Amino acid sequence: NINPCVQIIIHLLSVISQNSAGQFFSSGHTNNWAVLVCTSRFWFNYRHVANTLSVYRSVKRLGIPDSHIVLMLADDMACNHRNPKPATVFSHKNMELNVYGDDVEVDYRGYEVTVENFLRVLTGRLPPSTPRSKRLLSDDRSNILIYLTGHGGNGFLKFQDSEEISNVELADAFEQMWQKRRYNELLFIIDTCQGASMYERFYSPNIMALASSQVGEDSLSHQPDLAIGVHLMDRYTFYMLEFLEDIHPASKTNMNDLFKVCPKSQCVSTPGHRTDLFLRDPGSVLITDFFGSVRKVELTMDAINLTDPINPVNGEEQKEVYSYADQLPVSEIIHQKPKQKDWHPPDGFILGLWTLILLVFFKTYGIKHLKHIF
Amino acid sequence: SSMVFKRGSVGAKGPRAYPPHQLHHQMPVLLIQDKRRRGQLAALSIAAVVIIVGVPLWWRTTETYRAWLPVSQIKDLAKLQLHLSADVEVVFARGTVTPEQQKKVPLTQTQDEEHTVDGDLLMQFMILRYETKYRTATIMEEDALKKPTAADLSLHMLSESPCGSLVVYVIPESSSLLPEDVNVYIGQRRTALVRISAQMRVGKTLEQLLAQLEPQIKQVLQVMSFSHTDITVALSDRVRFRPGNKESIADSMRAFKSSPGYEITFSLLNPDPKSHQLHWDIEGAVQTYIQPLLTKLSPLANFSMDSQTLYYTMLGVTPRFDSSFEAYTLNADSLAHVINPVEARLGSNAASSNPVLNFLLYVPDIRHSPLYIHDHRKQEVPSNAFHSPRWGGIMVYNVNGFYGSETEFPVHVNINMAKVMGVFLAQLRLLLGVQSLSPPPGFLVAPCGSTGLADWELDRLMWSRSVENIATATTTITSLAQLLDQIGNIVINDNIAQQVSSAVTSLQLAMAELEVGNLGFALQYSKEAILASEKAFFDPSLLHLLYFPDDQKFAIYIPLFLPMCVPILLSMLKIVSEARQRRREKQAKKE
Repeated sequence: NINPCVQIIIHLLSVISQNSAGQFFSSGHTNNWAVLVCTSRFWFNYRHVANTLSVYRSVKRLGIPDSHIVLMLADDMACNHRNPKPATVFSHKNMELNVYGDDVEVDYRGYEVTVENFLRVLTGRLPPSTPRSKRLLSDDRSNILIYLTGHGGNGFLKFQDSEEISNVELADAFEQMWQKRRYNELLFIIDTCQGASMYERFYSPNIMALASSQVGEDSLSHQPDLAIGVHLMDRYTFYMLEFLEDIHPASKTNMNDLFKVCPKSQCVSTPGHRTDLFLRDPGSVLITDFFGSVRKVELTMDAINLTDPINPVNGEEQKEVYSYADQLPVSEIIHQKPKQKDWHPPDGFILGLWTLILLVFFKTYGIKHLKHIF
Repeated sequence: SSMVFKRGSVGAKGPRAYPPHQLHHQMPVLLIQDKRRRGQLAALSIAAVVIIVGVPLWWRTTETYRAWLPVSQIKDLAKLQLHLSADVEVVFARGTVTPEQQKKVPLTQTQDEEHTVDGDLLMQFMILRYETKYRTATIMEEDALKKPTAADLSLHMLSESPCGSLVVYVIPESSSLLPEDVNVYIGQRRTALVRISAQMRVGKTLEQLLAQLEPQIKQVLQVMSFSHTDITVALSDRVRFRPGNKESIADSMRAFKSSPGYEITFSLLNPDPKSHQLHWDIEGAVQTYIQPLLTKLSPLANFSMDSQTLYYTMLGVTPRFDSSFEAYTLNADSLAHVINPVEARLGSNAASSNPVLNFLLYVPDIRHSPLYIHDHRKQEVPSNAFHSPRWGGIMVYNVNGFYGSETEFPVHVNINMAKVMGVFLAQLRLLLGVQSLSPPPGFLVAPCGSTGLADWELDRLMWSRSVENIATATTTITSLAQLLDQIGNIVINDNIAQQVSSAVTSLQLAMAELEVGNLGFALQYSKEAILASEKAFFDPSLLHLLYFPDDQKFAIYIPLFLPMCVPILLSMLKIVSEARQRRREKQAKKE
């Protein structure tokens, strides 16, 4: 019962695993996540939503599935009263490209986009009832792309006109992620005014950061669409997206090309980047390491020889018969008689009104009329 | 103060009457003095109330509730050394030791190996201990060893070794249990057979014999029990890794991290339901083939399984027709792009945050049948399957052999679940961390049996999981303590303090059990430690949203406290300056 074939298979396996171990070393990640946040609301901030949705589309096109994307948007553009084309969000003028599409999955929408929720998603401190789609379930072999856009200033980023997140809080959140090994490498992209101030305070390893403008500069928007009436995109994200359109899942473009996107002549502001915390050389980091999801694959060389026949599943087991539960008894509701409402004494407003009327009457016509009434 | 005529105060001359203007002169002075005294008293008492009552009250009401944490114990934990201990029994069969050597047996030896671990936070050293007991074989064991087949199973019947321990039987050279070129046989249970060579035996003392045997036994221990590299790999995310052993790095990236539970999903992908009507008995197959493995692995984690069938889902890559093989082929480079389009379509039943393992069975459509996977050297892969680290596996199952060209479509096909589950079981083993070692030369490893996992493989998994859990829990607790210390504004509730305390206790117990060698208890305590530490670290109340820069703190407190403090301060100053003036006057009067 000692099978010499097993030995051969084991030898083959060792050879194959050495080949695949070589490719593991280029980057130590096995899965990709993306956290895309648009921190503005209201119609005139259309371009921030279009920015985020365009990045979302690119990231999906390059392979990251919806289950690995946490998208936070105010989501008040597509169905806004002022939108001349409802259910659309365009990123190019003349309405060339609808980035809202059919399969947008927004995880945090409306008033759920708060600093607290954002930090909770990053650090993982969510209440136990949070569903999987709203969690960042990354591990120590995940590469995470974090994209923020909105209105910002020197050292802070404004969330929905009511609160702000400071660069210190963001750096602390990343440090907590590192302590719990919630990422392998992190790419942080921010497209706001004075965006470079947001990455000044990072101190955790393996973070690479890009910003659309330096401290003291404003990030400008790209082009308005006269039919919609607002600016559609910001310049940095627009040119970054043009760059990403040339990337496909098997391309070998590296980060140095991403740093060159949108020079001052096109962007008016000076984009900045920070790589001192990153261990690998940016020239060896592929764009698809963060924006796409290229899976590592190993061939399965051996199989286990199973000889037992399948036990027939016990036929006596009663299969439970499920029936549809009537959740809303529509027929009862339709044919219902109107409920008898209990009588309530007239409330204060009516009483006060009548008292006022009576007083005015008696003031005008004299008190002697009272005795006719009472 | 009104003037009151007291009868007693009337003098001999009669009542003295002050002249009116003198009275008026006296009154204001007294009034003023009184008033000043009252004012001073008022200011002093207000200041006293503010300082004695107000300041402590403000301090208490603005301080955050921080329950007590065992900080010193946590610091000690971080410095603790890792002690691992395994019990090994070496049994000499008849014909391996001479009678005078036999007199010195039974004998116990302990071997300690100390290794440094280049960790960032903790565990600078680890000590691996093997307690080896030497003895001679009993009669029943001799009988079992004489059986030509299934020796290790019958040996296992005699005495079941507890998990973590090993028994090595030394058999004479003349024994026919092992084939010619094999010196060591590693069984399915926790036994191994080592064949002694002729020159080892003759004319040597027991110590020399043991010294000769030691390298082989050490090799057996490296394969069947823990070794320095395994433990370093288990600590791999906390330890700066020197890429010495490429295989072990690939292993650590492939296997899922230790988690309290896993979800396994089996999916059947049928892109062409018009041609193939597939039937798979997944319930029976899972019950017969997969469930025994998962039951055996139950000390490690909970498993939950479900299955689904997906129609009209294609692979993302178009296979090419290869005329030399008369079949469609997928080469290894394009496999990386297969998974993503499929993953978007896979549903998931998972309500928990446990990692999900996906196993997909793809039956190619009739226009691309048969479909084979080729490796880098254009050779066909026998299992026709591939897997992705920390995700799952995909197997391609060709059904074109089951029907001829003139059959009526759709064809009803029964899938051979034994073959499919054989591949999935192998992939499941790899993904759960059962390492695929290439044994040293002269070694023969028994196939793993119907459960899919040998007992010693389970032991190895338990060792590395215990160490991983202990390392992760320790760093979680240490970094939590550091975080709470650094940020003074975070509220520490009682339940968090309690979770931290129970995590610390479980960790101490787990390390103690590892030192003694009780693997089962050590794993259990390490799981409890991890659960408690994760609960404490990820508690929703620990969110630090209270970052106040100093200028904001001043901006909040100044409008509240300044209007109140200014009169008090000024009156204090006035009192002090008046006291100083009085003192100067007194000094002037004296002189």
